[in-house]
Amino acid sequence: MKAMAGGYARATDVQHALDLLAGADGMGRVLAGGQSLIAAMNMRLSTGDMLVDISRIADLRGVTVEENRLRIGALTRHAEIETDPLIAEHAPLLTQAAGHIAHAAIRNRGTIGGALAHADPAAEFPACVLALGGMIHVQGPDGTRDIPAEDFFVDVFETALEDGVILTAITLPLAEASEKHLLRETARRSGDYALAGLCLVKRAAGHRLSAFSVGPRPLLALAAMERLDAGDIVGAVSALRAEIDPTGDTQASAAYRRHLAGVLLTRAMAEITGEPA
Amino acid sequence: MTEAFRDRIDIALTVNGEAVEARVPASRHMIDFLRLDLGLTGAHSGCEHGVCGACTIHVDGQAVRGCLMLAAQADGAEVWTLEGLTESGVIRDLQDAFVARNALQCGYCTPGMLASAMDLLEQGGIPDRATIREHLSGNYCRCTGYEAIIDAVEGVAKARAGKETA
Repeated sequence: MKAMAGGYARATDVQHALDLLAGADGMGRVLAGGQSLIAAMNMRLSTGDMLVDISRIADLRGVTVEENRLRIGALTRHAEIETDPLIAEHAPLLTQAAGHIAHAAIRNRGTIGGALAHADPAAEFPACVLALGGMIHVQGPDGTRDIPAEDFFVDVFETALEDGVILTAITLPLAEASEKHLLRETARRSGDYALAGLCLVKRAAGHRLSAFSVGPRPLLALAAMERLDAGDIVGAVSALRAEIDPTGDTQASAAYRRHLAGVLLTRAMAEITGEPA
Repeated sequence: MTEAFRDRIDIALTVNGEAVEARVPASRHMIDFLRLDLGLTGAHSGCEHGVCGACTIHVDGQAVRGCLMLAAQADGAEVWTLEGLTESGVIRDLQDAFVARNALQCGYCTPGMLASAMDLLEQGGIPDRATIREHLSGNYCRCTGYEAIIDAVEGVAKARAGKETA
């Protein structure tokens, strides 16, 4: 089908984009890589949008290490994340995740900020940022705000981002020398949305585990994390299955997704500990 | 600031090496712009939501989905479609291999397959079959069963690396 946008404007900088959004009478829609938004527009799931194209704002792009944290600009593309040496060193979970996202041609345009703001419950990056304990930086008419990932994802396609506010960057703690990152998911075909997926981070301070595609938003599996810290993998699997809230669809039943999440955790822990599952 | 929003946007870009200026509706995606406005029907319009890969084109040196990019976003871009790639001869060997291996039947997916495979081949080396398969996982073919397409891409990679013995 064909999209039906209300209008289009190309923002020259963040302030310009904020002004455009403020003048869009509530119909403003930020366009970045467009790999989810334009698909939704083509299917007429979204119509009449006043598109604010932020994709040329150079300040919102790129990866740096600042004040002992990894900073990733919102417009950094999946394909760049897949090959960026700073990300591979300091947040290898994102490197792993990028390879699972859709296909090469989509990774060439899709952006991490777009993926987070879109908040698809089946998407990899939201769950990664949650597992890594990241911070999401936004800018609006009233200035800038930092939102912990734990508080950012609210419901299906719903975040703590208010109208007229732009996600500008994320920052992540730098991985410790002995830190281990693992992303495991099962999809029917390469590039499809996962039936269930997990992000596992093992730090000196303990385990962090997030799950995606098993509920209305990515979930930080606190009960399973507590069991993993206690060395109780079987207990962690049970806890995880109790914590998640999958729904069934044509791809997989809720019961199967729940089962799968536990299998993925067992396998991920076997890989991290080097002991057979 | 609402006056800054436009429902028609002026763009200037190069398509297949030629300068193009146009005024496009805000909703126009690249594939309709190329096919309907410029008459370049090489890239195909398939699912129009980024799943099938038939619309794959090259923008600023990278393979992208033509249906998931607005024409308004292409201002200043360098765009190549199958027409230009064919004329320039950069994928002559790949096209010949598709014919020789019978890597197409109806041909609907072929422009997208070529545009995607070209990306992989430009990375150099000889990708293994799993890598080729993974790279083409975003391009649907309902005729061939893919094997002949993988054969063609693998054959060209080997030939380009100077190791083709067949």
